[in-house]
Amino acid sequence: MSAAVLGAAAGTVSGRRELRRRRLRRFVRHRLAVASAIVLALLILAAAFAPAVERLLGADIRNVDLTALLQGPSLAHPLGTDELGRDLLVRLLYGGRISLLVGLTAAIFSALIGAVIGILAGYFGGRLDDLLMRFTDGVIALPILPLLIVLAAIDLTKLGLPASVANDGDISLYRIIVITALFGWTGVARLVRGATLSLKEREFVRAAIAMGASPWRVMRVHILPNAISPIVVATTLSVGGIILFESILSFLGLGIQPPIPSWGNMLTGAQEQMTNAPLLMIWPGLMIFITVIAFNFLGDGLQDALDPRALSD
Amino acid sequence: MSAFLIRRLMQSLAVIAIMSFLVYALIGLMPGDPIDIMISSDPKLTPADAARLRSLYGLDLPIGERYWNWLTAALGGDLGFSRTHNRPVLDVMGPHLLRTLLLMGLSFVISVAIAIPLGVWAAARPYSFRDYTINLFSFAGRSAPSFWLALILIFVFAVWLGWLPAGGLETIGKGGFWDRAQYLVLPVLSLTLLNVAGFTRFVRAETMAVMRQDFIRTARAKGVSERDVLLRHALRNAMIPIVTVIALDFGTLFSGALITETVFAYPGMGKMIFDSILANDFNLALVGLLFATFVTLAANLGADVTYAVLDPRIALQ
Repeated sequence: MSAAVLGAAAGTVSGRRELRRRRLRRFVRHRLAVASAIVLALLILAAAFAPAVERLLGADIRNVDLTALLQGPSLAHPLGTDELGRDLLVRLLYGGRISLLVGLTAAIFSALIGAVIGILAGYFGGRLDDLLMRFTDGVIALPILPLLIVLAAIDLTKLGLPASVANDGDISLYRIIVITALFGWTGVARLVRGATLSLKEREFVRAAIAMGASPWRVMRVHILPNAISPIVVATTLSVGGIILFESILSFLGLGIQPPIPSWGNMLTGAQEQMTNAPLLMIWPGLMIFITVIAFNFLGDGLQDALDPRALSD
Repeated sequence: MSAFLIRRLMQSLAVIAIMSFLVYALIGLMPGDPIDIMISSDPKLTPADAARLRSLYGLDLPIGERYWNWLTAALGGDLGFSRTHNRPVLDVMGPHLLRTLLLMGLSFVISVAIAIPLGVWAAARPYSFRDYTINLFSFAGRSAPSFWLALILIFVFAVWLGWLPAGGLETIGKGGFWDRAQYLVLPVLSLTLLNVAGFTRFVRAETMAVMRQDFIRTARAKGVSERDVLLRHALRNAMIPIVTVIALDFGTLFSGALITETVFAYPGMGKMIFDSILANDFNLALVGLLFATFVTLAANLGADVTYAVLDPRIALQ
């Protein structure tokens, strides 16, 4: 707990408790957000227990079983099997691991980039602010998907990576995290800049500056902790978009590479089986949809709960 | 006003200049180069031949110099040849662009025609059952993976019901207006569903913001009917930000077209860019990407300028 937060609330402990209670009430009132939080918790649990389910069903996800192609639901395969005879449920759970991992990690990376750019622009203002915000506007205006496709297709050995690293199967995972984070930070940057601009004029920040605190210290100790709500909201809201981009790239064959299952690349295989096994196509898409909408609802609910402007009405 | 215009124009030019270099450099990082492709099609080429060809085409120069050579040629109107189509890049791009314009234009007009009444209708009774329903739909539309929606449409209308073709431009050997129209229905429908979801949210939010203004209270006080308050006072004033936001969203629209065209095998700009990247058609990929960037930036600039013309306060900031 930083000195600033304690200082701002000193003497008004009951006021602070009241604030917290109102925030909670606002959050609970947003039932969809609560439902989403529960759904997401279940999804994370399910993804965490993917290996356990795999062992329980005795279905190795890498195990191609040509005697059990496109089977319907059964005791051994609760959701049936795919076009290579792999268990659909287990693959869905592993796919969830990938989507959640990519979505959350890339969102945190983008939040870091956005927070740094936003706080520098807001605090120093002037030319730096102009430069950084024009840069942000420029990135927002780009056609993101075509650029992501190029970034997903570039040859990493030409960037100086050794071939053994560049052609490794797992590299597709790291690559997708990095490239989606490259475009995902703009929302956080704008919000943090806005928060910094208003915090900069507050008494406790001015007092800190007057007492000789360095800009670095003011930003780290006084501004950042107080700008955490918009960061959390924007980060939550960005997870959904990142998962969508990941699934699109994987679907197009440029994201997560088979045999690692992801919801996007499972749909690539399912597309060809549309006439034989339409259900194969329903499940992965439904999982993407549920996850993305849950993150969006959660972000929306957090915004209502944390936005100080909304507290006054 | 003109100072604002010039400043924004200069900024856009700067972004385009930077982007053209970045995209050029990125394309250079794609696997292989044109000479590699020659080698794979002509096994008699020796490494010495390859090196000679590379220096002949200037591929061994540093990136800055290569970019400069390309830029001067491009500004002189020479955008190179498409490897996969065996035609000049501009000849390939023309028809693809027209098809994308048709697809995006149709879905844009239909989406706006649906989204504006829907958004205003929701804003007329905020937080009512109707408002929540429309909100939920808009949320769902923004969270649904577009390619999955397209796959479901294909399954329902092409595979299951068999009413419409699953994808392509026209029936081979048939063509004609009605035939092409049938092929357009599903791509347009899939783009429209997503656009309506996005646009409705803006229309609702902007209309609600205007409804809180004093002049709305005045209009009500002087006895204007609720319908006229909504349509003549609120909507007209809300249109400015609505138009701007939709224009600012152009990059997203273009990304949507890429996915839709790829899933429905519709030969437009989006699919052309995607295919050219996968097929190492460097010239085509480069020009296609730059064009997409250029159009998106132009739409943004247009939106900013329109906004500044309609609301003079903006230019002063």
